[in-house]
Amino acid sequence: MSELSLSQDVAPVQKPSRIKMALRKPGFMVGATIIAISSVLALFPGVFAPYDPNFIDYTAVRQPPSWLHPFGTDLLGRDSFSRVIWAYSVNMQMAVLATIFALLIGVVIGALVGYYRGIADMIFGRVVDAIITFPFLVLVIAVVAVLGPGLVNMYIAITLVGWVYYARLMRAEVISQMGNDYASAGIVMGYSDLRIIFRHLLPNAITPIVVYWMTDMALAILLGSSLGYLGLGAQPPQAEWGVLIAEGRNFITTAWWLSLMPGIAIVLTGLGFSLIGDGIADLLRPRG
Amino acid sequence: MTLKSIQTPLLEVSGLCTTFGAGNASIPAVRDVSFTVNKGEVLGLVGESGSGKSVTLRSILGLSRRYGTTTGSAIWRGENIVETPEAQMRKIRGGEIAMIFQEPMTSLNPLLTVGLQIDETLKAHTDMSASERKKRAIEMLDVVGIPAAASRLGEYPHQFSGGMRQRVMIAIALAARPKMLLADEPTTALDVTIQAQILDLILSLAQDFDMGVILVTHDLGVVAQTCDQVAVMYAGRIVEQGTVRSVLRAPQHPYTVGLMRSVPENVPPRTPLYSIPGTPPSLLSLPSGCAFAARCTHKTEICETSRPDLAGAGTGRSVACFNQVKNEGGAAA
Repeated sequence: MSELSLSQDVAPVQKPSRIKMALRKPGFMVGATIIAISSVLALFPGVFAPYDPNFIDYTAVRQPPSWLHPFGTDLLGRDSFSRVIWAYSVNMQMAVLATIFALLIGVVIGALVGYYRGIADMIFGRVVDAIITFPFLVLVIAVVAVLGPGLVNMYIAITLVGWVYYARLMRAEVISQMGNDYASAGIVMGYSDLRIIFRHLLPNAITPIVVYWMTDMALAILLGSSLGYLGLGAQPPQAEWGVLIAEGRNFITTAWWLSLMPGIAIVLTGLGFSLIGDGIADLLRPRG
Repeated sequence: MTLKSIQTPLLEVSGLCTTFGAGNASIPAVRDVSFTVNKGEVLGLVGESGSGKSVTLRSILGLSRRYGTTTGSAIWRGENIVETPEAQMRKIRGGEIAMIFQEPMTSLNPLLTVGLQIDETLKAHTDMSASERKKRAIEMLDVVGIPAAASRLGEYPHQFSGGMRQRVMIAIALAARPKMLLADEPTTALDVTIQAQILDLILSLAQDFDMGVILVTHDLGVVAQTCDQVAVMYAGRIVEQGTVRSVLRAPQHPYTVGLMRSVPENVPPRTPLYSIPGTPPSLLSLPSGCAFAARCTHKTEICETSRPDLAGAGTGRSVACFNQVKNEGGAAA
């Protein structure tokens, strides 16, 4: 064996750690900062909001921005700044709850049909085709119409439609990973199908899912506030960006800040998630 | 040699057929393949691309039945593993029969450390404790010639070079001490100096662990150096088979003769290298006669109409040809 060990191949130079690489990407850092601040606001809105979001003050209705009320007050004299801050907890919750179940269901189904193919895969293909034929929003509105308006029903509706996108992505990714010999190697080592799928293929296939998830969270906020605006999602007087924009729409020429400020909050969080997704796409790509 | 031929073979494959697809589009990738492998013996399976070498290996392990149908038998420890259900096959795969692949760059999971990947095989096939498994993992890396084995257990595949990864692959495959190794062109993707080392390694491990080996390759030089028996495949069938010595010394099938003449070492320097004219037939539309007839230099009328069976041709030899070549062709490489 000694003559064999003479052939020393030099190991490739160590690449910098992922965290160091992340710190060098300004886009990712901006996104991470936005989402970090948004998350803190979402978790502790009471700390940052000067007023109770539902405190009604008829002596101060529709006031323009001032030091006392930075974003002005609405028709009922509620502090618009406090309502935008409190809405962070609802809208950030939307980003997670409207996507996470779709992600979990989609990843499992996509991985299974991608691995086993066959009849299940053909049925899956038809189901996917049927669902993506409809515009996302139309289908979600239809489901909400059946279930009734409200946040929980909205989450159910988005999950029922949204899992398809994750499953489709996961299936394609698993099929492409199956082309690598380590999948066949897992089979010839006698590993069970579930072990090969969930321990070997899934971690290698998950990167695009995570990237899509970030974009999808931005979309979920957009969709959630659209439904709130339409009166199908969060219900007034709950402070939610879509609801806030809807409340301000009648005064758009006289009290534009009522709708503009929650609008900016939507854009900022959406941008934050997108930037993170972009950065993660570069960082999570398996190396080697 | 005589002792070996008396004992019951380790693996006895007979009449193995694998077909992909169905109806008009069915592709007979492997047809009526039979051979035996004894303990400690290396069988070389040679042939050009698409001749069914790899599919034969995969059929033995039951991998082809995921995409096609396999018939015939492969007797392993008294059991026909072509018909063994998946659940029981899992115990045999990796535990009793291991397989290594051509592409060391993709045959390891990039996200798991090398140590974990060896550990996983041991967990699946042995009752060893965690510390025993770790000890075995270090021992295996050491055996395959990876220096400082203990410190490299925690490293990821991308930290190893191609040749090293193939060693790791061998370590994983042999960790559970299988009795048979199926090597699917294990050195094709490696450069020549590393190739020789990996082949030496496989051979010495086969002896140390008393394993049978089936080595798929398209390199006759490799066969000459490493194998005891050789089977030449063409269009899904074995066309010539026997001990390496006899087949390479005096090939009797025109295809084997052609292969031998196209090895650079077998012709005088500065002469054009021989190449067999034409291309292999499409497996979708195989001729009714001998599949090699269209390219054959010894073709007669009967070759076009009927197919020669693999028949005995001297001690331990069999050839599928009506016009066997006598005393022609190259010397052993």
